[in-house]
Amino acid sequence: MSFDTPDDLRYLETHEWARIDTDDETARIGISEFAQDELGDIVFVEVPDTGETLTQQKEFGVVESIKAVSDLYAPLSGTVSAVNEELFDAPELVNDDPYGDGWMLELEDIDTDNIETLLTAKEYEEQIE
Amino acid sequence: MVLRTPPLRDVHADRGAKFTEFGGWDMPVEFDSIRTEHEAVRESAGLFDVSHMGEIEVRGPDATELMQRLTTNDVRKLSSGVGQYSAITDESGILIDDTVVYSLDDGYLFVPNAGHDEEIEERWRTHRDEWELDCTIENTTEQYAMFAVQGPDSVDLVDSATETTQAIDSFEIKTVTIDGIECLASRTGYTGEDGFELIVPWDDAETVWGAFDCQPCGLGARDTLRLEQGFLLSGQDFHHEENPRTPFEAGISFVVALDTEFVGRDELAEQTDPDEQFVGIELTERGVPRHGYDIVDADERIIGTVTSGTMSPTLERPIALGYVPAEYADPETDVWIDIRGREKAAYITNPPFEHSIE
Repeated sequence: MSFDTPDDLRYLETHEWARIDTDDETARIGISEFAQDELGDIVFVEVPDTGETLTQQKEFGVVESIKAVSDLYAPLSGTVSAVNEELFDAPELVNDDPYGDGWMLELEDIDTDNIETLLTAKEYEEQIE
Repeated sequence: MVLRTPPLRDVHADRGAKFTEFGGWDMPVEFDSIRTEHEAVRESAGLFDVSHMGEIEVRGPDATELMQRLTTNDVRKLSSGVGQYSAITDESGILIDDTVVYSLDDGYLFVPNAGHDEEIEERWRTHRDEWELDCTIENTTEQYAMFAVQGPDSVDLVDSATETTQAIDSFEIKTVTIDGIECLASRTGYTGEDGFELIVPWDDAETVWGAFDCQPCGLGARDTLRLEQGFLLSGQDFHHEENPRTPFEAGISFVVALDTEFVGRDELAEQTDPDEQFVGIELTERGVPRHGYDIVDADERIIGTVTSGTMSPTLERPIALGYVPAEYADPETDVWIDIRGREKAAYITNPPFEHSIE
């Protein structure tokens, strides 16, 4: 089974993605299609409040499926500027649309030096093959 | 560790199943989605491969005596072709396993949980020899596949697969023929739904599996279904060493026949009113309770531990099972569950959870 890995995103080895806008140093974050498929039915997402800061590679929350709890790791360092509150009532959006309506956080003031450490879509595809 | 594999492992893999280790077996945990499979069983029907369950057969003049002494329920109440839920306890009355015992024309067949078959077989042999009883004990776990057809449509499915109307009552077991294969069919299951369990010759498993056109289900859905009912999961809701519990603590006092002689009977007779009880817990805040999480009271004292927990697919609410001191066990008692350092409000309830909806 092959999974969608959009070219315009960068990825962390732990399956988080970041859609980065380098002009205004912001990014949107979620988990990959592969990750949501591995987890199965997602029933709960816990993410930090706006204003909190994330550090690249550090845990920032959890995603829970019916069968398991998984930590979420920050693909970039930055400050949380928005949270996808729709996930509180409809965590299944992460299963249905992991790169769209299932996004989790938006960051501002990202550390752009982090970007090159992230995997490209091609590199991430090779990892999950 | 080399995992034991069910006969249809490759068939399930081709169907897209994901697998998990359970009781030393490599079993399908999910075919499509736990939610999809769970809902199929509640609304129509699902087919589970439960070939990891053990089968042990006991035959001979003293078979009844051995079964009576090593299981807690009263096997003398069983007529041929009928089964009973029962428990196996040690000398202290601590649960080793729970099981279903079937009385057959020429002996007994009972079903220990995954990974327990060899230990239980040894226990039976040792006691038979010690008590000088005359019976044979055969562990047939890897001679039979076992499937469970569960859900409101399961009667129609089994009727059509066997090409005859099967009047099998609850806990009855009968020989049926499915696509030319002789199997044992019992009106049992562990999902809270009407259903059947089929004991099938290992080499004919694919034929019988293929005779049912319904949602294949993995152990993930089986776990959410049994949890909604408050049914025990051996090794998780009780464990002989790690979480020793008596049948009274574990809420299955109905399988303990104290008027019979069995191993652990005298100890259990002194403990019919245990200090801790197995309860259901429903969260009123967001979060998912899991095995091992602390249960705390209003004074933030740890009073117990969650043994099983999930987000209930039927109720769409977080539910849990666990043990609390008897003084906290009344329904509606407020408790909290510590979820990763945050205490989430909850209350005690009596499973099955489905029926606890106001």
